Amino acid sequence: MLTELLDPHAIVLHYTAKDAEAVIRLLSDRLQASGHVHASFADAALKREAELPTGLTLAGDIHAAIPHTEVEHVIRPAVALATLTEPVTFHNMINPDEEIPVRLVFLLALEQPKSQVAMLQEVAQVLQNQNLIAQLMAANSIQEVQQALSQVNTPP
Amino acid sequence: MSQPKVVLVACGTAIATSTVVAKGIEEAMRERGIPVVTRQCKAAEIRNRLNGVDLVVTTTPVPADLGVPVIQTLAFLTGIGKEEVLKQIEDALKES
Repeated sequence: MLTELLDPHAIVLHYTAKDAEAVIRLLSDRLQASGHVHASFADAALKREAELPTGLTLAGDIHAAIPHTEVEHVIRPAVALATLTEPVTFHNMINPDEEIPVRLVFLLALEQPKSQVAMLQEVAQVLQNQNLIAQLMAANSIQEVQQALSQVNTPP
Repeated sequence: MSQPKVVLVACGTAIATSTVVAKGIEEAMRERGIPVVTRQCKAAEIRNRLNGVDLVVTTTPVPADLGVPVIQTLAFLTGIGKEEVLKQIEDALKES
């Protein structure tokens, strides 16, 4: 599911971003160019990130964020991925006052609540797998990303 | 057969995070033989959705005075502390 929903045009590897906004805008633009989201998606995702942040402290050195927003900005569901050379600051989902240095970003363009359960569970699996995160961070091509993510088990 | 416990799962948009959490709770409690049903809502809607709810599990900050037990956790996303949280959920549901 995740490998199918990951938009090859919206995979950005070893990107040097000025800040979290730059990452969200770049990935949103890519998803817009490939027809997955409306032009309003980027601003909506940024607004939501400011109010309800999506940063996640993971078990290892690499921390992640999963920006997303309301369904009306989405045309077709998709996932965009960025790996960052330098961390950018996101805020902690559960404790918005806490800053998290993030180098792995999954931007999620979602439709209905129940329809992307398997994909979301797969994203959670990735976030919990240090070996897989290391492979993603080292990936130099879309093929290497797909190869890494193909190891994720599709939930029943 | 006891009545299933009702767990309200809250996150920012009620789309992404709460879906993973709800699924995780359903699977883990099924393994433990505790019947549960989950509902999802946005954190902002939480006060209007408490009717019949035994436990609130949330991934975003929520008010402290909801009148039902609340567990805040990111463990279903990050895996950190997941066993402890499942135990807390189990205990809270047994007491409710």
